[in-house]
Order: sequence, then C-alpha cells, then structure tokens
Amino acid sequence: MSNVEITRAPFDPAVLYKALFLSLVAIFVAVPLLATVLGGFKTLGELRVNPFGLPRHWEWQNYADILFSQRYWQLLRNSLIISTLTVTLTLIVASMAAFTFAHVRFYGSSMLLSYLTLGLLFPAATAVLPLFIKVRDLGLLDTYLGVVLPQVAFSLAMSILLLRRFFKDIPYELLEAALVDGCSYIKFFRYVTLPLSRPILATVGTITFVNSWNAYLLPLVMLNTDALYPWPLGIMVYQGEYSSEWHLILAFITLTILPTIILFLLAQKHIVAGLTAGAVKG
Amino acid sequence: MARRMATSPAMDAVEPAIAPIAARGPSWDGRLTVLVLFLPPALLLFTLFVVVPIGEAAWYSGFNWNGFGRPTNWIGLDNYRFVFQTRAFWLALRNNGLIIAVSLLVQLPLALTLALMLAERFRGAVALRMLFFMPYILAEIATGLIFSFVYDGDYGLVASVWRAFGSEAPHLLASTDTAMLAVLIVIVWKYFGFHMMLFIAALQSLDKSLIEAARIDGATRSQTLRHVVIPLLYPTIRLSVFFAIIGSLQLFDLVMPLTRGGPADSSNTMVSFLYNNGISRMRVGYGSAIGVILFMTCVTFAFSYKRWFMRDE
Repeated sequence: MSNVEITRAPFDPAVLYKALFLSLVAIFVAVPLLATVLGGFKTLGELRVNPFGLPRHWEWQNYADILFSQRYWQLLRNSLIISTLTVTLTLIVASMAAFTFAHVRFYGSSMLLSYLTLGLLFPAATAVLPLFIKVRDLGLLDTYLGVVLPQVAFSLAMSILLLRRFFKDIPYELLEAALVDGCSYIKFFRYVTLPLSRPILATVGTITFVNSWNAYLLPLVMLNTDALYPWPLGIMVYQGEYSSEWHLILAFITLTILPTIILFLLAQKHIVAGLTAGAVKG
Repeated sequence: MARRMATSPAMDAVEPAIAPIAARGPSWDGRLTVLVLFLPPALLLFTLFVVVPIGEAAWYSGFNWNGFGRPTNWIGLDNYRFVFQTRAFWLALRNNGLIIAVSLLVQLPLALTLALMLAERFRGAVALRMLFFMPYILAEIATGLIFSFVYDGDYGLVASVWRAFGSEAPHLLASTDTAMLAVLIVIVWKYFGFHMMLFIAALQSLDKSLIEAARIDGATRSQTLRHVVIPLLYPTIRLSVFFAIIGSLQLFDLVMPLTRGGPADSSNTMVSFLYNNGISRMRVGYGSAIGVILFMTCVTFAFSYKRWFMRDE
C-alpha cells in the first residue's frame, strides 16, 4: 500500500477509505443475492458445507425441474394477468381523471383532487377486512378482478398526481387552438395528450406494474385457489412444501425474481424515475 | 364562436390572460361530456375500494363479528379495549418504533453517505448505484425468503461463518432475542438504496454555483458539505424520513417469510399483528379496530408531519 502512496504523490487517503466503504456495502448487498443464485446450482449436502462459493458440480437439474414444471409457468401467468390488468386499468382510469383535473376548470375540482389524494396517506392493510367483505359481497372473491380492482383503486392517487403534473405542462394554447378548430376535449385527449405523454405513462405504468407484480397481502386475502395464485403466494406454498430443501427453494426464488431483474435492467431509467418521482414533489 | 374566429392567433398570444375566459363560453358542452365520462370511473373505484372500507372498518369495529351474516352483536368500544390489553399489540408498536429508529439512525446516514459518494462521476458509480437500488425492486416476499436462507441455522450463510469460528450456529430467527434484530438488518438491506436514490436525485439537481461559490470563498470540502450541501438537502431528508416512517407502519410482506411475527410475537409489526389476529381468524370486529388504530396513526402522523416539517413544500 505504501508503495502506491509514494509513486502517486498527491495520494488522498480519503479515496482509499471511500473505495473500502463502497466495497463493503457492495459485498453486503451482493452476497445474499449471489449465494441465492449459486445455491440453486448445488446439492443440499454441498449447500451445507459450502454456502458461499461456486458449486463444485453445477447441478442444472434443480433449475431444469422447475422450468419444466407446469407450476412455475402457471404462477408467472397468473402474476402477469393480474399485473397487466392492473396497469391497463390504472393507466386508463387515472389518465382520464388526471386530464380532467389538468385541463377542465369546474367547481369543486381542487376539492375532488384532494379527496383522491387521501389515498396516499394510509396503506391498504388498514381496511383489508372490510375490503375482503366488500369483494365477497360483490362475488369477486377468488377471481383476478377481486385483486385487480382494489389494486387499481389504491394506485390511483399517486398515478393521478404524477400524470396531472405532466399534463399541466402541455401548453394551454395547444388545447385552445384545437378547441377553436372544432376538436373536442376527448379527441384532444386521445390524439394529443396521450401521445405526448408517453414518458410519464411509461413511468406510471412501470411503478404500478412493479407494485402489483410484488404484491402479497391483497392476493393472500382475496384468493383461495392455488390455480389462481400469483408467484409471491405460490413461492410461499412451495417453501412450505419443501421446507428445508433449500437448494430447490433457492432455485425457485432465483427463477421468480429473474423477470423483475430483467425488467429492471431493461427499464431502469423508468423504474428509478418512477419510484423516486412520487418523492420529488410528494 | 364568431367572435373567437375574429381574434387572430397573434392576439391570443399577446393576451394570454383572456384565453381561459374565452374558452369558458362556447365549449361548456364539451367540458360537461368530459366531466361525465372521465371522472366517475376514478371516483367510483376509489370510493368503493378505498374510502368506504375505511368507514366500514370504523363501523365493524363496534361489533363482535365473524364476517358471516349481518353484524348484530354490538359491543361498543370493547374491541379497542381488547386491542390495548393485548401484549402483542404493544410489542408490535415497539417494533414499529424500532424500525423507525433504525431507519433514522442507520439507514438514513448510510444512504446519505453513499449518495454523496456516488453522485460524483467515476468509473463504476452508475453500476454501484444500480446494485444498491436492486434490493428495493425485489419483492418483499423474495427478499424475506432469501434472508430466511441467509439466517438458517443449518444451511445459511450466517451459520457457516459461525461454524468457521468453531462455535455452534445460532438460529437467529427462532429466538425472541434476535428475531427482530435480524428483521431490522433485512430492512436496512432492502430499503437504503431507495433513500440513496432520492438523495442522488436531489444532489444532481442542486445549484452547482452555490457549491462553487463556497469553494472559491475558501471553504474546505467538509465545510462546504456541512454548511452548504447538507442544508440544501434538508427538504429531501425530511421527505426520506417521511417515507421511512410511513413505510414502517405498512411493513408486512417482509416479516411473513422471515418470522410470521414470531417467535412469541417478538417480531410482529402493526400490520402483521393485524393479519395474525384479525384477518387469519376472521375476527372482523377486532381486526377492524386494529385497522382503525393504524389508520388514525398514519393520518395523524402524515398531517402533523406535513404541518410541522414540510410547511413550505
């Protein structure tokens, strides 16, 4: 170490501490993730003696068994259906409401907006028992919609706020000119606002998707049939069945978080923007 | 309409103040259509699935009811009394307090330090940011399962480190002394990256000239940090604290795969306590009372925090 300091005269020890600190945090974050992925390639016996290192024999069978099982794909399909429905409905309903709040002046507008943003203040868990009874009385228990509709309702507040802020930046003169030319509000919304708002729609869509994809409590309460379970429920069942066969559970975890990680790498800009966007002007 | 046709576009541009008034008259019909078609879906969904259930929770909390038929057995405020008499409730409340304390004393300083380091450009900075943010986008359930492996007394990472030093591996999640501590570590692991990103976003939008001015005036690096950068970050810090506290009050998914709130209720949060005692046993009245208490806590906190700390935002 001292050699380095001599050869580079203005060596700043702060840089060294910084590198050391960053490496420590990186290890703290990465080791559990890497151990999970690698653990799926080991046998149970090897996992016990060598949980950290590379597997001596790469045991592809663990992963292959899950990938060729109907169960894994069914869980992903259920999650995909629920998340896609939630995102689509949220985007449609929230963008229509946000457009109204951004461009149409009417009596009570700000009051209604504050009413909707009340949804930011408390978690879905507070009213989950009455929500369960409501969904049951509507006959939606044990259906995708029974999960989707409450999820949409709870994602509306944040989505409307983000969309409205963006819509407001579309110049008013544009709307006015369109109205003078005989274009209706609805056509303006369809042919001007929405195409101009692709970035924010992508951002809101991504946040809603990630939240819905990862959700546990609402599906847990609303769904009773294994065949409808999204993956967070399914993986808990799987863990219950294979309680200490960790090599299988780790392979299963890896394969279920893989879609999230791929999505994150593909859309990191939107995800980071989206997940921190609510914050910038909460 | 004729009058509006007469105004030239140039005039409109010169007198924008007139524009909203001009738009009001002739297009009222169009606005009505929008109001009638565009608002009700959002209002209906929100009212039906968010607002009404809260009101119903307040109503149901007065009954001893298992959720079938109509609630008839009115017991007044007894459910609240039962909640406050439950030891597990106070444990859950204490745990939520612990989570908040760790968020403020460990997670926030960590996130801020990392943000200050990673907001600068250097090789690998972006990759590190992404790595640190990654836990935040993983599902809580997956995170919980990963760490129940990490903590596992037979196969886990912690156990193998312990054995390397020749001692018997502890089952961290199975002991009332260590379960909550183990959960707290996972919370820091999962959420510090989010707060770090908040700070990085704030740092990158700071007015650089203020920092340069301080440096030119002879302030050292640490003086600039203490007296310029950190004060400029106060709004973000207040926001980060707000998220940490609200997040702690909602925490549930992470606890379930790790400990389910146990052993002996030692690692319950408010929501997992609500789940274990109200939802999973269909004690609607009792569970609703917990929900109402949680709701009141969140709303009181949010309003007073906004009022005291975020007045100007």
